[in-house]
Amino acid sequence: MTGSTTRPEGRPAHDAGPSGPRREAGPAGEREHTDGMAADDLTVVSKRHPGRWVTAIALLLVAAATLRSVFTNPRFGWDVVNTYLRDVSIGRGLLVTLELTAICMAIGIILGVVLAVMRLSANPVVRSAAFLYVSFFRGTPVLVQLLFWYNLAALYPQLTFGIPGVSLDANQLITPILAALLGLGLNEAAYMSEIVRAGIQSVDHGQGEAAGALGLTKMQTMRRVILPQAMRVIIPPTGNETIGMLKTTALVSVLAVPDLLYSAQILYARNFQTIPLLIVASIWYLAVTTVLTIGQFYVERRFSRGNRTLPPTPVQQFRQLLRTHTPMATGRSTP
Amino acid sequence: MTRRETAHPRTVADLDSGQLPMVRAEKVRKHFGPLEVLKGVDLEVERGEVVCLIGPSGSGKSTFLRCINHLETVDGGRIWVDGQVVGYQRRGRKLLELGDREICRQRTEIGMVFQHFNLFPHMTVLQNLIEAPLRALREPRDEATARALALLEQVGLADKAGAYPRHLSGGQQQRVAIARALCMRPKLMLFDEPTSALDPELVGDVLTVMRELAESGMTMIVVTHEMGFAREVADRVVFFDAGQAVEVGPAQQVITDPRHARTKAFLAAVR
Ligand SMILES: Nc1ncnc2c1ncn2[C@@H]1O[C@H](COP(=O)(O)OP(=O)(O)O)[C@@H](O)[C@H]1O
Ligand SMILES: [Mg+2]
Repeated sequence: MTGSTTRPEGRPAHDAGPSGPRREAGPAGEREHTDGMAADDLTVVSKRHPGRWVTAIALLLVAAATLRSVFTNPRFGWDVVNTYLRDVSIGRGLLVTLELTAICMAIGIILGVVLAVMRLSANPVVRSAAFLYVSFFRGTPVLVQLLFWYNLAALYPQLTFGIPGVSLDANQLITPILAALLGLGLNEAAYMSEIVRAGIQSVDHGQGEAAGALGLTKMQTMRRVILPQAMRVIIPPTGNETIGMLKTTALVSVLAVPDLLYSAQILYARNFQTIPLLIVASIWYLAVTTVLTIGQFYVERRFSRGNRTLPPTPVQQFRQLLRTHTPMATGRSTP
Repeated sequence: MTRRETAHPRTVADLDSGQLPMVRAEKVRKHFGPLEVLKGVDLEVERGEVVCLIGPSGSGKSTFLRCINHLETVDGGRIWVDGQVVGYQRRGRKLLELGDREICRQRTEIGMVFQHFNLFPHMTVLQNLIEAPLRALREPRDEATARALALLEQVGLADKAGAYPRHLSGGQQQRVAIARALCMRPKLMLFDEPTSALDPELVGDVLTVMRELAESGMTMIVVTHEMGFAREVADRVVFFDAGQAVEVGPAQQVITDPRHARTKAFLAAVR
């Protein structure tokens, strides 16, 4: 009531009885219709964004300067880069990196799903086991885990697996590549299980009930109803994990596994072309992550079936950009 | 437990006689933590009978319905569907909870329709209908598909077989959900407020389908706030309050001339 005098109308707010707003609406509504043209004659002009153009030009200038420096500084050794880009041992290293990524992600996803289902189990012992697994593997650096697996023989010289008659020499069994697979795969499973769990929990509770009421078993419900719907939540971070895994495999160079990075290291240990060979490795990592990113987009698109709107493909996005941002565009709404 | 068992000396031969009620609930009790949701509910539903459960929100209607297909476990008492104890197996003097597979087999015979439809959004309408017949009944695909298409025709959605649920209206989704339950050829249909989530103009289509189903002789238990439907279609109405079946009687009588004070108060409030 005290503030009512400061209102622009100078009319106390509480004075506006039930007839107040109605009294005003009449003339105001009329004014709109008589003042302007018919709605069809008006041109719709969207808001201009001069700031965007300034930022874009500034960024382009920075990019141009960086590129110029990269290509004129002879120490980058682009001719050496060019030679080694198609080197056989680099190619073999790339293959090892790809294999490691694929197998470790496969271990991570399969074991991750199992762990996620365990985490959601009604059995507290099962739940705790999964929880401890995840805590342990997420709580220690993966580099340390890799070294542990690599040095398993120091801990258990003979692996018996508790089966009588079985006794394997750990030093022979745990090859560097197996240590790499175990280290990266088991570690990944811990992260994947959290992702899968979030996905499962994102699915509406009613879905599982409806499936159960129809007589589907818990397993069928999980496989046919819950997981396919959880995919929409699981896929995007899994794509990120795969890209992350591709780069994390570089750690296995400490176990002398001849992956992409280690292959480059072997070469520059001999010819001292350190920077060019690191660039070679980077180019390949970048190329593969680019391909993975594109793949990720289309996989995500596929798993959003049944949605009202699918995310636009880059081509569609580009067309949209042209439509809204060309300086020539009048901004007229679609005819 | 023992006393109750001796009170039911029915043998397996009796169970198949067809004289048994379709559903028999005896002193069903259920609590969530300290909250006692069902305080000994008794109810019998005859074959082909339509029973509507009415009552205030939170009175335990959904919980009771969900106990009938073992979506909730009971803490006391027992429920028989078509002569079989739901969810448990008698072993000597104990009732052991059945395994997942056996519970699933029992559920294939009991259809359930939910307030929020719960259609599978990643499957088309047809896939929604045939999923359980294929997986739970292991029926051949063409058989299940033929029946599914006939059911869609029956609920007036023959042209929506290939559509995804999200592209249907609420009323259409609920009719698909009913068809999905019927595709399992259940003995008994449970409805938990099937029209409560619908826009008023879509309620009629769903009730029509349910009315036709009732006329076809299906045994139905329907939790509803549609008093008109209950009066017209139900044989009997059960009024639930605070975890008890307070009043049970012919639909017309309970709704137009309730005996119990609590029923009167509730009906006065919803009218
Ligand atoms: N899973 C559950 N956990 C805890 N409380 C529950 C659960 N389900 C239902 N309840 C409680 O039980 C009571 C009865 O619920 P419900 O059977 O859904 O009632 P109605 O369907 O009659 O509205 C409510 O107080 C509700 O909050
Ligand atoms: Mg309810």
